[in-house]
Amino acid sequence: MKKSFLLGSWFLLCLLNFQPAKAQDDLLALVEPDKPKKERVKYAFKSPRVINGHSMEFLNPGTMDFRILHRFGPLDQGYKNFFGFDQANMRLGLDFGLLQNLMAGIGRSNVKKEVDGYIKYAPIRQATGPGRFPVTIALVTGMTMNTSPWEIPEQKNFYTSRLAYYFQTIIGRKFSESFTLQLSPTVVHNNLVANQSISNDIYALGVGARLKVSQRIALTCDYYHNFNGLVEDVTFDPLSIGVDIETGGHVFQLHFSNAVGMNERAFIMETTNSWAKKQMRFGFNLSRVFQISKKKKAK
Amino acid sequence: MKKISIALTFLILCLQAAHAQDKFFTKSGKINFNATAPASPEKIEGINKSVTCVVDTKTGNMQFAVLMKGFEFERALMEEHFNENYVESNVYPKTEFKGAISNNATVNYTKDGVYPVKVKGKLSMHGETREVETDGKITVKAGKINASAVFSVTLTDYKISIPALVADKIAKKANIIVDCSLEPLK
Repeated sequence: MKKSFLLGSWFLLCLLNFQPAKAQDDLLALVEPDKPKKERVKYAFKSPRVINGHSMEFLNPGTMDFRILHRFGPLDQGYKNFFGFDQANMRLGLDFGLLQNLMAGIGRSNVKKEVDGYIKYAPIRQATGPGRFPVTIALVTGMTMNTSPWEIPEQKNFYTSRLAYYFQTIIGRKFSESFTLQLSPTVVHNNLVANQSISNDIYALGVGARLKVSQRIALTCDYYHNFNGLVEDVTFDPLSIGVDIETGGHVFQLHFSNAVGMNERAFIMETTNSWAKKQMRFGFNLSRVFQISKKKKAK
Repeated sequence: MKKISIALTFLILCLQAAHAQDKFFTKSGKINFNATAPASPEKIEGINKSVTCVVDTKTGNMQFAVLMKGFEFERALMEEHFNENYVESNVYPKTEFKGAISNNATVNYTKDGVYPVKVKGKLSMHGETREVETDGKITVKAGKINASAVFSVTLTDYKISIPALVADKIAKKANIIVDCSLEPLK
């Protein structure tokens, strides 16, 4: 009994030992595959802005984005105004990527000589693998300051009257390589409003989408629906439709929009043109990203 | 009989151990890729430090697997462009090389030393497969081996196109430096 057991185990070992060398073709299969890792879904948008509004995308840590925004005059005035090119409003901005989920920026627009700044933070990023999450949730808080001279310098003016704030939550998902969609409920608070009929707190819902048509070109759409801030026939919901073109270090965001404002307060509350009246304008955002702190060089 | 069985068992176990020594592997091999054009003001260079490589010393067969997302660049934007615009790492996540050392017989894997080798095989990248042949080096030291090689690939062979706008920065050929320290595969 004992003998046969030993003999049996001996045969078993032999069998084990002389397994056919099936691994000839696929040596890599011999190595245990890596455990699936949590992987953040990247590059949902080409830029941290859809067109006007913030996107779910962040700047990479250690980079600075120099943004030059132009909004020209309405197209409908035709050649007399060279389709709007005779007028230009602009904003210069600097955005900084601090962490993979934290960025901040400042900017100044010539409209109302307005300075604005914001901080954007994502507690949760869209990811695949273990610990996956279907969407990115980002929070933005920003402030704008009108620095133009007081309209009525004779009266007592308060510094705080120049200020407005906005708070935004961005919920976005990159559905596929080419398609990304996000919703961004937003509150804009104005310390001072023009008259009593306008609420200090304006609620809006932003919708941003991107459709990538080639490796370097994407179509974008950026819309904000205003729930309580519109004055009939005076202000309208801002809608922008554009194309992102990426060259080496630049992203050009060319678009048509009815909005002139280049910060959240301005384009949500002060869009006085309407697509229905064919008052859209041409505009562009030029974004140039600089690496300001070097990534730890891989050794 | 019993003694013989035990002895045989040991022998087989030993054989098995020796058998296992045939194959060497790593999951943390390094591949450096450099596609800097001569006139480029910036370095177009990335490194991947999690390359899987398996070598069968008996047959000389050699295989590599590289996850394209694992390439790290000094500039984040370059990394983004590498993944998004050039190698399309979401569509083609893995690059593989399957080949063999053609002069495997000249390498003595049991004796320390540096052995020049010729490697030939198929490189599959960005959905394209091409024959690649290069000179390399096998270094045997204290039971471990190191495989290294330098070669270049023509990007258009793998349908990786360089737009005219950046043609002065990105070279048409990428220089690849392979450096893998392998351990016995158990």
